[in-house]
Amino acid sequence: MRPLVFYRSTVGKKIVMAVTGLILIGFVIVHMLDVTLAFRGPDAVNALGRFLHGTADELLWVVRVILLAAVILHIDAAWQLTRIARAARPTGYAERRPQVSTLAARTMRWGGVLLLVFIVFHLLHLTTGTLHPSFQPGDVYANLVTGFRVWPVALFYIAAMVALGLHLYHGAWSSVRTLGLTRPAANPFHRPLAIVIAVAVAVGFALVPLAVLVGWLR
Amino acid sequence: MDLTLRVWRQPGPTVPGRFVDYPAQDISADASFLEMLDVVNERLSARGEEPIAFSHDCREGICGSCAMMIDGVAHGPVRGAATCQVHMRVFADGSTITVEPWRSAAFPVIKDLVTERSALDRIIQAGGFITAPTGGARDANEILVAKDAAEAAMDAAACIGCGACVAACPNGSASLFTAAKIAHLGALPQGQPERSRRVLRMVAQMDEERFGHCTLFGECQEACPKLISIDVIARMNRDFLRACTSPPASAW
Repeated sequence: MRPLVFYRSTVGKKIVMAVTGLILIGFVIVHMLDVTLAFRGPDAVNALGRFLHGTADELLWVVRVILLAAVILHIDAAWQLTRIARAARPTGYAERRPQVSTLAARTMRWGGVLLLVFIVFHLLHLTTGTLHPSFQPGDVYANLVTGFRVWPVALFYIAAMVALGLHLYHGAWSSVRTLGLTRPAANPFHRPLAIVIAVAVAVGFALVPLAVLVGWLR
Repeated sequence: MDLTLRVWRQPGPTVPGRFVDYPAQDISADASFLEMLDVVNERLSARGEEPIAFSHDCREGICGSCAMMIDGVAHGPVRGAATCQVHMRVFADGSTITVEPWRSAAFPVIKDLVTERSALDRIIQAGGFITAPTGGARDANEILVAKDAAEAAMDAAACIGCGACVAACPNGSASLFTAAKIAHLGALPQGQPERSRRVLRMVAQMDEERFGHCTLFGECQEACPKLISIDVIARMNRDFLRACTSPPASAW
């Protein structure tokens, strides 16, 4: 085992980003499936809320600790690598034409910053209720509906989900490659699974504030 | 063809540079990009001006010397070609062409378009070799090499070390170069004894030289005159992870 050699190297830091990224992808998929229970009515989503905060309370905290650790490691590695990359090209090009890199790949950093801002707001909005106009602990459905009736908040959520979709479009594909789990491919940019994950997660989440805005969920 | 060149001129490593416009008139459409520069340089010399310094050697796409950013693309607009294999017919008559050196902290500019690329040599020195006994050459088929291993090694060995991957990478990463050299030896039976040591040393040297990390933008593969696939980077990472997590090999 060479933990120091591993974390000091850029390859090791990227592997940390990939592993923590995959953990977070797993979380957003489960979370999206949970949240869309709102479309099956107040009882379904509130029952899940009661289960998570009652029966599974200890498990919930274990998951929260793992997610927090994953987020911290993900951001720390991203921060260090960004600094290394900036130092690697002190003088930029007068003219540069990207050939194949995707918008998703080129917005990983600022998109990630936007997602961090969103996560902080989201926790204060729908977990603690601090920034919620009429938060009722335990009534998940009512909190969603009253929370998203504030249209700037709903639009911010939808914009953040677009950023999440882009982040996943690159991240779900590149993390697996970074871990070296891929076989040689005729077209290494081909990413059917990443597209499905990115679209499903972004659309699934964004449907909830959208449905409140147009009055489907009330 | 009549063209305008917008070229980075920098008299020396520590002197600030700037772009200078040069007319390039009456250029043959069948001239290579380097031949076009030769013509411009002859005219500059005739006028008593300092010619544009650029690296070149084989002029047939195998030496990796001719390194320049042409209109924002490493080695110019032809896919899978080094600068010497780009012909002027691919440019529109009357266009202005911007020519810059590779930009990387690891590749300091020596003069004009010439950069110091020995950082790549030091990555090779760190582990891009096999420890083979010297003496008489062994029979070619004494060590059996599977066809797919030979193909994988050959594909990676196509790397000519030009540095276009670094130049094209938004992070200034040398991952494609380093990974190609690791895959080239690591795919062969002769490369197995030093496989762990090789990836650890070469990755450490790559970081030491202040290259950036790999985000898998894919720009390197597109810029590579040999079109080496980013698949080799996945392979390098897997080797690195394995070398970091397994106990060091020991004869005892």
